[in-house]
Amino acid sequence: MADAAFLALAVITIGSAIAALELRSLIYGSIALMGTLGGIAGFFILLDSTFVALFQLAVYVGSIAVLILFTVMLVKRELIFKKIEDNRRRFAGIALMLVIMIGLGAVFLDSGIKEMTTDEPQVDFREIGSDFVTYYWPALILMGLILAGSVTGALVLARREDVEENGQRAS
Amino acid sequence: MVNELVDFTLVSVALLGIGIYGLAVKRNFIRMLFAIEIVINAANLNLVAFGRFIPESGGQTLALFSIAIAAAEVAVGLSLIIVAYRMYQNIDIAGFRSLKG
Repeated sequence: MADAAFLALAVITIGSAIAALELRSLIYGSIALMGTLGGIAGFFILLDSTFVALFQLAVYVGSIAVLILFTVMLVKRELIFKKIEDNRRRFAGIALMLVIMIGLGAVFLDSGIKEMTTDEPQVDFREIGSDFVTYYWPALILMGLILAGSVTGALVLARREDVEENGQRAS
Repeated sequence: MVNELVDFTLVSVALLGIGIYGLAVKRNFIRMLFAIEIVINAANLNLVAFGRFIPESGGQTLALFSIAIAAAEVAVGLSLIIVAYRMYQNIDIAGFRSLKG
């Protein structure tokens, strides 16, 4: 049976996930998304994975959510509040969501993982660190290159070509 | 550990459902990015939850890699949003005609 901290985290996470998609303002939506990401970090702490939780807080709540917030601020004001969706799509989406939730939930509840228990000690973060530089080192280097490449790509994509060197508009 | 594995998987399924609902219904580019983030986080939660039940650190390591790749994906996605917004002055994906191929 789940304890109170788990239930509170579940309510925060799922509630703010719905709020992130349904709130009228994109700015409040991205702040609600921060709640979802922080709730997931809380779940990681409940799973004795403190290192991943801190990583999640630093990368998601600290940088990705702020990046999204700044991008939202770059968009025109009336677009932030505009909601574009039709009702038929909406009902189809809700039906799809219910099918996924009920189907996958039934599969999980019916499967053997309900009886699974563990008495493993929690994994030390030193072990994760040494795994990174020994067994996973090619993947680590590849990940660094991918991050560098994607950040460079993002900078190249977002560059304005109609702005001259002194910061003035050409036309 | 007090909480069972099945509780975490159920939360993850709920998040996956919400994310797919957002991807199916919303036509706003930024909201679709929110939905993608929610789906990725559901996957990460599952990875760490299942990884808790094996004696190695494999699940956590994979989740860390997944978080880093998601950061790269968001950076590229947001710059695509900025480019598309500059081209069309809109963030409605139905208006992005030249992306239809």
